[in-house]
Amino acid sequence: MTVMNQYAFNIENLNLWYGGDHALKNININIIKNEVTAIIGPSGCGKSTLLKTLNRMVELVPSVRVEGKVNYHGLNIYDKDVNLEQLRTSIGMVFQKPNPFPKSIYENVIFGQRIHGNNKKSELDVIVEKSLKSVALWDEVKDRLNEPATGLSGGQQQRLCIARCIAVEPDVILMDEPTSALDPISTMKIEELLHELKRNFSIVIVTHNMQQAARSSDKTAFMLHGDLVEFERTEKLFTNPSDKRTEDYVMGRFG
Amino acid sequence: MKSSVASEKSIAARKRKDKIYQGLFLLATMFGVAVLAILILDILRKGGSALDFNFLNSFPSRFPEKAGIKAAIFGTLWVIGLTAPIAFIVGVGTALYLEEYAKKNWFTRLIQTNISNLAGVPSIVYGLLGLTIFVRLFALERSVMAGALTMALLVLPVIIVASQEALRSVPDSLRHASFALGATKWQTIVKVILPSAIPGIITGNILALSRAIGETAPLVVVGAAAFIAFTPTNALDQFTVLPIQIYNWIARPQEEFHTLAAGGILVLLAILLTMNAVAVFIRNKFQKKMD
Repeated sequence: MTVMNQYAFNIENLNLWYGGDHALKNININIIKNEVTAIIGPSGCGKSTLLKTLNRMVELVPSVRVEGKVNYHGLNIYDKDVNLEQLRTSIGMVFQKPNPFPKSIYENVIFGQRIHGNNKKSELDVIVEKSLKSVALWDEVKDRLNEPATGLSGGQQQRLCIARCIAVEPDVILMDEPTSALDPISTMKIEELLHELKRNFSIVIVTHNMQQAARSSDKTAFMLHGDLVEFERTEKLFTNPSDKRTEDYVMGRFG
Repeated sequence: MKSSVASEKSIAARKRKDKIYQGLFLLATMFGVAVLAILILDILRKGGSALDFNFLNSFPSRFPEKAGIKAAIFGTLWVIGLTAPIAFIVGVGTALYLEEYAKKNWFTRLIQTNISNLAGVPSIVYGLLGLTIFVRLFALERSVMAGALTMALLVLPVIIVASQEALRSVPDSLRHASFALGATKWQTIVKVILPSAIPGIITGNILALSRAIGETAPLVVVGAAAFIAFTPTNALDQFTVLPIQIYNWIARPQEEFHTLAAGGILVLLAILLTMNAVAVFIRNKFQKKMD
């Protein structure tokens, strides 16, 4: 294995502005494949913004400007000829609040497949079962696949959204505070899921919850005011941080 | 109970005031309802006797006992039948462009302001517009098509604004979910946004069309004739519509024609109520499907 392809992303000199507001300042970071990478930091530090630059969802914000490179499989995703639809199929995203479509559970899971033109019932059935099993939701919903997804509990909805993301077979999953709207038990289930999922996917997760980062990630990035302060193995960052600001934050002295 | 700030007397006075305002507002509400009730009863009493198969199936005539409303019913159905698809396609298209595609810049805001203002322009002005552009410039003459295009123009601002409201009520989180799965804008619109917004869009469209059905002024200007003894067979035929026929009968001195006018009003009301009922039905049906 060459050095190049052990990484899911190589981010080089990434800068981002919302209008005149410099939200990401010269970020350089390498995200390793098949690991869980957590991004932590106080509100407004730019952690969600950094996550959204990885599938260019950040461009939905008007007046945003991005400079620098985000290399993915040796390709800068900010190049002009990048196919956004293809990019977002390979780099899936799970949002802060569960956002299932007002459709049946079945249709939610296969939404991406239908988008890409797969309408073969036999194939879709297999994909639905496989995706729902990999988020440990199959047993709970297998008898009511045609019922509206909005009838599920919040935790189930969020796992459904993860299944929907997996169903298009991405190789990266971006998660933007996926458990912040959930109860502790649902949160626990999703954290357990992260350990399972990283076998097949590279995962980048933004979290407000430091315990969550400590429990479930391999590497952690700490951000403050748009700067990447420290990026380390998770156990080192939490037990023996090299930057004073990181230490203050993980010790709960601010934030 | 003793209280230093609120003596019993002042509380009683305030409560009395409360009652007075409640009464005033109730009176205001009942005013409209009562007038409407009286109107409908009066029309039913006068026009009920005119309503029979012959009335619905005859063309206008100099003799009240032979005169009927067939030409006007068909004319109204023709005009609305053409107005509805034109206004729907152009109106929903505009709303989709403004809400989903257009960048929020000064140009979009200018269009938006103009559309809102157009909703308040008197309908006769649309009639003059239709006369200048459709009747004269496009040489459509006094045809159903000219009338329908004018009506479409008249209801467009209302349809656009109502459709925009419906699109705006679809949460952004659903758009994001769709984009994040690799959907294009058009796929997102067709598969996510429209299914959620369509009840609101259809309701807005039908209510706007109900308004168009009752409009008289612009069609008078465009040249709907009062005396038409045939039903239109194509979009370029001459036509008349219910409100014009009703006005024509009311304007005559003979008492018998007034009865016919009342009958015509009943027909118009029946069509309007049917359309509104369809709007409510569609809204309920789609909403049940969504939940």
